Amino acid sequence: MSDATTAQVTALGAALRAVPRSGWHVATVADAHRETPNASRLELDVDGWPGNAAGQHLDVRLTAPDGYTATRSYSIASSGSSSRVVLAVDKLPDGEVSPFLVDEVRAGDMLEVHGPLGAFFVWAPAAETGDMRPVQLIAGGSGVVPLFAMARAHAAADDTTPFRLLYSVRTPDDVYFADELDDLAEASAPLRLDLVYTRRTPDGWPTAPGRITREALEAAVVPAAERPRVYVCGSTGFVELVADWLVGLGHDPRSIRTERYGGT
Amino acid sequence: MQHVDGNAIAGPLAEFFAFDVTTATARCIGCGNVAELARAMVYMSAAGTVVRCGSCDQVLATIVESGDRAWIGFSGVSAIEVRRG
Amino acid sequence: MSFITRGFSGRSRERDDRLPPGQTLVSDFPVLSAGPTPEIDTADWEFTIRTESGMHSWNWDEFMALKIDDVDTDIHCVTHWSKLGTRWRGVSLDTLFEDVETEYDYVMAHSYGGYTTNVPLDELLDGKAWVAFEFDGEPLDPEHGGPARLLVPHLYFWKSAKWVRGLVMMDQDEPGFWEQNGYHIHGDPWKEERYW
Repeated sequence: MSDATTAQVTALGAALRAVPRSGWHVATVADAHRETPNASRLELDVDGWPGNAAGQHLDVRLTAPDGYTATRSYSIASSGSSSRVVLAVDKLPDGEVSPFLVDEVRAGDMLEVHGPLGAFFVWAPAAETGDMRPVQLIAGGSGVVPLFAMARAHAAADDTTPFRLLYSVRTPDDVYFADELDDLAEASAPLRLDLVYTRRTPDGWPTAPGRITREALEAAVVPAAERPRVYVCGSTGFVELVADWLVGLGHDPRSIRTERYGGT
Repeated sequence: MQHVDGNAIAGPLAEFFAFDVTTATARCIGCGNVAELARAMVYMSAAGTVVRCGSCDQVLATIVESGDRAWIGFSGVSAIEVRRG
Repeated sequence: MSFITRGFSGRSRERDDRLPPGQTLVSDFPVLSAGPTPEIDTADWEFTIRTESGMHSWNWDEFMALKIDDVDTDIHCVTHWSKLGTRWRGVSLDTLFEDVETEYDYVMAHSYGGYTTNVPLDELLDGKAWVAFEFDGEPLDPEHGGPARLLVPHLYFWKSAKWVRGLVMMDQDEPGFWEQNGYHIHGDPWKEERYW
């Protein structure tokens, strides 16, 4: 094992120890409002929440009066020590839980949440991990949620690691965290943002709407030669396509971390 | 049926293990591949969760949950590497 | 510490006397699976029965030339849903076992994709089980086990192995895939034999 790899592994160990222990918690909805025409942003005050790393998720459990329960995983859009946890939930057409969270939930409601979960698909500042390699984030649709948490943590830490986000989204109206992403691009530790619109573009956009291509991906990501760490999150189909292309472009599979959320 | 990543089993396993098992590396008895469980392919359905090797599709682990009981099997894992904190 | 979530009911769940305990009625057909859906061309499909003394096998054309039954039955999934009056077409296990000689009493069903499930032989015979290739008048969809699946409707539906490719006779009962990992060795829905 090379010294560089040893340093990375040691740094990873340090980052993992920093991730708080999970548990079940009662969350009170502090705010619920539309994020896009098809998604809601939920701000939860979670009793006993130990804080979370950028990129982690939680499980939400709903219980019906007859005892029936349904549990689903959602990425967390916030990070840090706060017990205020932000989710952005996309409404799935045949979903059982997401339509409830998007359309029914209102401030004051209580939910059960289990977390923070997952210490693999996380990012921590270079000051904690010692890893100075550039970071490439690649989001498909609502897969932007954990990547937004990473970009925001990067800005909050004034981290000087180069950070770039490629975000594939249906239309300009479907962009999550649109204002915050603009702010992050202006931050002192800036985020370089590239958008790909698959159904409709803003007026005057230089390219026609359409699914991302291998060429567009290559042009909009940190080149493999710079050995970036890459985080990809989106539907299973999107993630598999992108991950295959990245490996084909010479990216080290061990430097690519993925989070598929199923769907199509 | 669509699969997701091993990240998705962090929740069910966190109820039973004192550390995040998804960051541990596991060796597949089918092909010998060693990778973090977070990199495995996970098939989730109401019947249970099946974790398969990302390299060869071998069943690595299963999780069956029913109320206050759960069954966790590691039938396809020869060993898991856990780091001391 | 579970508490009721205001306004949450989940999918509608109906009750009916024909339902075993703990089951609710569904109108859709949920897909439960332990892995990727195998795509098996009927040209490559083969069904075998292996005993202590030899092997019996049928290709698709030979299989379709056997006596075919229309089956109208209720099905019960261990995950608490049931469907009533489902319509299938398939070959009875009585037909498939006509020329099979065996002293063994137990069967392991094997599927394309590696799934296994165990059933005692006497619970597959006397009109209790089929290898089904049609559901609701249509060829069985790959998601639901096509080209052919085992159909053992008096047991929980995980026993009705999707993508079945053969049966292996065993001299003693051994657990299949889910049975090794928490599910009941037998699986009678009327006795709620769900888990160990």
